[in-house]
Amino acid sequence: MLTLSSIAKNFGGLQVLQDVSLAIPERGIFGLIGPNGAGKTTVFNLISGLLAPSAGVIEFHGQALTGLAPHRITRLGIARTFQNIRIFKEMSLLENVLVAIGRQGNSGAVSFLLPSAKLRATQRSERAAAKELLARVGLADKAELLAGKLSYGEQRRLEIARALATAPKLLLLDEPAAGMNGAEKQQLMEEIVKLEASGLALLIIEHDMRFVMGLCHEIAVLNFGQLIAQGAPAAIRADRQVIEAYLGDDGDGEKSRS
Amino acid sequence: MEWLETFWATYSTLVLSIGTNVLLALSIYLTLACGLLTVANAAFMGIGAYTAALLSLHSGLPFYLSLMLGALLPAAVALLLGPPTLRLSGVYLAMATLAFGEIVRIFLLNAENLTGGALGLNGIPQHSQWFDVLVLVVAAIYLLLRCAGSRIGRTMVAICQDEVATELMGLNVRAYKLFAFVLGAGLAGLAGGLNAHFTFFISPNEYGFDRGVEILAMGVLGGTGSPWGAVIGGVLITLLPELLRGLGNYRPLINGVILIVIILYSPKGIWDLTRYLRRGGAAS
Repeated sequence: MLTLSSIAKNFGGLQVLQDVSLAIPERGIFGLIGPNGAGKTTVFNLISGLLAPSAGVIEFHGQALTGLAPHRITRLGIARTFQNIRIFKEMSLLENVLVAIGRQGNSGAVSFLLPSAKLRATQRSERAAAKELLARVGLADKAELLAGKLSYGEQRRLEIARALATAPKLLLLDEPAAGMNGAEKQQLMEEIVKLEASGLALLIIEHDMRFVMGLCHEIAVLNFGQLIAQGAPAAIRADRQVIEAYLGDDGDGEKSRS
Repeated sequence: MEWLETFWATYSTLVLSIGTNVLLALSIYLTLACGLLTVANAAFMGIGAYTAALLSLHSGLPFYLSLMLGALLPAAVALLLGPPTLRLSGVYLAMATLAFGEIVRIFLLNAENLTGGALGLNGIPQHSQWFDVLVLVVAAIYLLLRCAGSRIGRTMVAICQDEVATELMGLNVRAYKLFAFVLGAGLAGLAGGLNAHFTFFISPNEYGFDRGVEILAMGVLGGTGSPWGAVIGGVLITLLPELLRGLGNYRPLINGVILIVIILYSPKGIWDLTRYLRRGGAAS
């Protein structure tokens, strides 16, 4: 569904990504892991259009994403959350989701000018849809609260609800479990499995290995901007290069990578 | 009714100025609500004022048509100016729009054949009646209230809080910003046209930096949480100098102190303060 072909990204002289190729299937949970600074979030920024690749092609359902504005990419069906949470803190949870849902119910450009039954009906159905999404992430009872008052874990779940409101086919989650306690993580894992079951493809960046290994069907590993391994969780866990990337090499061999 | 006639004879300009200043405050509210710090509204007001006044002086167009053209021309200019400048944010956007304002002022000053240069335009027919101002102000408030209560308003608030997140929700942030900028320019132009038709005389310096800051003060003072904030700001900034008249030369000083106090204690403007008071009652 989503393919990255020989993607490179440089910031000035700094090569953040080199020759990264990935194919995300229509269904399933795909993990992207790697040490800090490996370039994982840069991959997300390239997919969602916030950055343009220095080389290579990104395609979604055969359509090239390069050069498209971020909002166009979202409308094609790719939604994301952020590593450093970016909810609208001074809006209620409901409004947060409504911002994203607004595009769906297309009620016409100037219909807001006059109060009408049709407009009210649209607004009612939008609010109902937003509440349903909040319920899906277990935040229905806090719908009217200001988003800034939520706990860290709740804010991450709100971000997921908001991303779902754009009706995505592919959901990118950037460290969804960061800052969550064990129980919250367990709950989030169950929610993610449910999302996948509902027909969504997910691409997840996460540092928590138990979370990643327990959830993902396939995992790609980035280290210093290059893919060093890709495969099923069991294979990744046993991969020598991956172990070295995370733990350092055993000291007997040469220090140089390449 | 004699007292009313006396009152009107003395204060008609002030009352009408409240109306045009409310329009100006609403015009800056639109961009401030999107988190855009633009100071071009004084220039848009000038373009509107000169357009409408010149049409009234030299063409036989009906007043309302001149007025509408005086709103449309600045909107069209904003449509051209917006795409390159609205990529900027913060102080850079302020600088760019400030420079645009100076360009307009200097153009008005030097295009003597058209604008009369520094001497300004004299003898503009006094077409703006109180009901014209009232109708247009009410219409503008209604339009912006409907806007604020709709998806458009919600998106503007979202853009103000986090532009990147809003864009990634599938919303065309640039288009929304341009919409706010162009509609704001149109409202400022309308205010300029109305204003020119009751002050009899206009000159380029009325639309310079001072006016730009004054408009900004109205928007910030009132608050950008709602169009009502802009209305409050517009009314207050117009009335304060009159209410403080007894203070003589200290007037601008007290004016400034009031602004500082309000910004310090309610940085989101007076409207936010009233909302806080209402919520405080409900929450406790």
